[in-house]
Amino acid sequence: MLIDIQQANASAVAAIQATQPILKGIGTAIDVVPGMKKNLVLHAGPPIKWGAMSGPLRGAVIGALIYEGLAKTPEEAEKLAASDKVEYAPWHEHDGVGPMAGVGTASMPVWILENKTNGSKTFCTLNEGLGKVLRYGAYSEEVIVRLKWIETVLAPILKAAIPLAPEINLKNMIAQALQMGDEVHNRNKAATSLLIRELAPAVVKTDFPTADKAKVLEFMHSNDHFFLNLSMPACKMMLQAAEWIEGSTIVTTMCRNGTEFGIRVAGLKDRWFTGPALIVKGLLFPGFSEEDCNPDIGDSAITETCGLGGFSMAAAPAIVKFVGGTVNDAMNFTRKMYEITDGESQAFQIPTMEFRGSPLGINLLKVCEKNILPQINTGIAHKKAGVGQVGAGLVNPPMKCFEDALEAYVEKYCKDE
Amino acid sequence: MLKDFFGKKIKVINLGISSFADDLIKQGVETIHTEWRPPAGGNKKIQALLTKVSNWQSKVTSAKGAR
Repeated sequence: MLIDIQQANASAVAAIQATQPILKGIGTAIDVVPGMKKNLVLHAGPPIKWGAMSGPLRGAVIGALIYEGLAKTPEEAEKLAASDKVEYAPWHEHDGVGPMAGVGTASMPVWILENKTNGSKTFCTLNEGLGKVLRYGAYSEEVIVRLKWIETVLAPILKAAIPLAPEINLKNMIAQALQMGDEVHNRNKAATSLLIRELAPAVVKTDFPTADKAKVLEFMHSNDHFFLNLSMPACKMMLQAAEWIEGSTIVTTMCRNGTEFGIRVAGLKDRWFTGPALIVKGLLFPGFSEEDCNPDIGDSAITETCGLGGFSMAAAPAIVKFVGGTVNDAMNFTRKMYEITDGESQAFQIPTMEFRGSPLGINLLKVCEKNILPQINTGIAHKKAGVGQVGAGLVNPPMKCFEDALEAYVEKYCKDE
Repeated sequence: MLKDFFGKKIKVINLGISSFADDLIKQGVETIHTEWRPPAGGNKKIQALLTKVSNWQSKVTSAKGAR
């Protein structure tokens, strides 16, 4: 087999660079997400069954089953979740992503993004805000009530507003947010503001009751992470463009389900390489200790896979107040990531580095050879379902994912060398 | 040769552990430090796998050159 890895990787990086994710609209998961079924629960991270799920993911599954009307009580939901009547699959295998537990089910409204260059689509649920929320495994009545409000008020109003607003190119919006101090993983303050600026006039133009429209704008305004559920599917779309380029060693997925960390590689179609999800080191909210922390969870590491988040921390020095470390650490994380990437983003530029493009295209071979792991910044979930976020910090994937992927790569392409 | 070495101004390129370079710089020795780590952090299995990839790519390059 004559494959030039450098050329294959250059094609993969070029495909990522060419992608133009546009905010197309909002739909209901059962109608728009490929392969969605009434008894299917989509989740963050690599494949996992009920028995192996950690607290926050279990809690989110229980909440989702109650939300869908498939169970009336948490006990009933737990019994159903453990039976073969419920199926589980990663969002990543259904063209989507989910933050933290990342649970998505049939009735949930989802953002629809479209790649302007080829029409492909990606999906993500709408961000619920902070506090007791499904993505951290909470399933109390207030969580279900908020999810129903998202379904019946927030989503319909935004769905009606999007066609009335100017076309929103999320790549351009992320690029602009980077100039304003975001890295669009754990800091989405600027990006959320930019989104509100585009959508607010259109929301006002819709025919819904004024009180509902005001509540929608207040809800978006009160949640600095509202844009995260758009930066993630935008990154997913860009990386999907690099799937599955024969021979390429570019990493197209990094994600966690709270138990395992999983990666996928462009030249190793559909295969997951997993290792244990690690405990995140960072700043904990008052009253919590490391004992309370769940292992790393969520699909949001798709931002790092796309050269944002921890890879672009130099663009977001204020984030160290949230995830820990110093401004110098943030600069060094970004500098280090250039050592394991093949390209530099044309769109995402880092002002503090003379507008150098962010490190893009994680090369499996470089990770293994240099023994440098991708740098991720992330929220920390309490290990018990429903407690919520207990802090934020820094984490790396386990090296095992990359070692196993390298072994599989050699087996597929050059085992006889 | 060793005789020529002594008595001349020493210029040092340091590979790996940066504290060696720091000590020389403190003594006024002209020193350049280079970050260096053993490939794959010294993991023999990973080194062997990377060698296979490298050998394969050498063949690919030769084959392309022969076209």
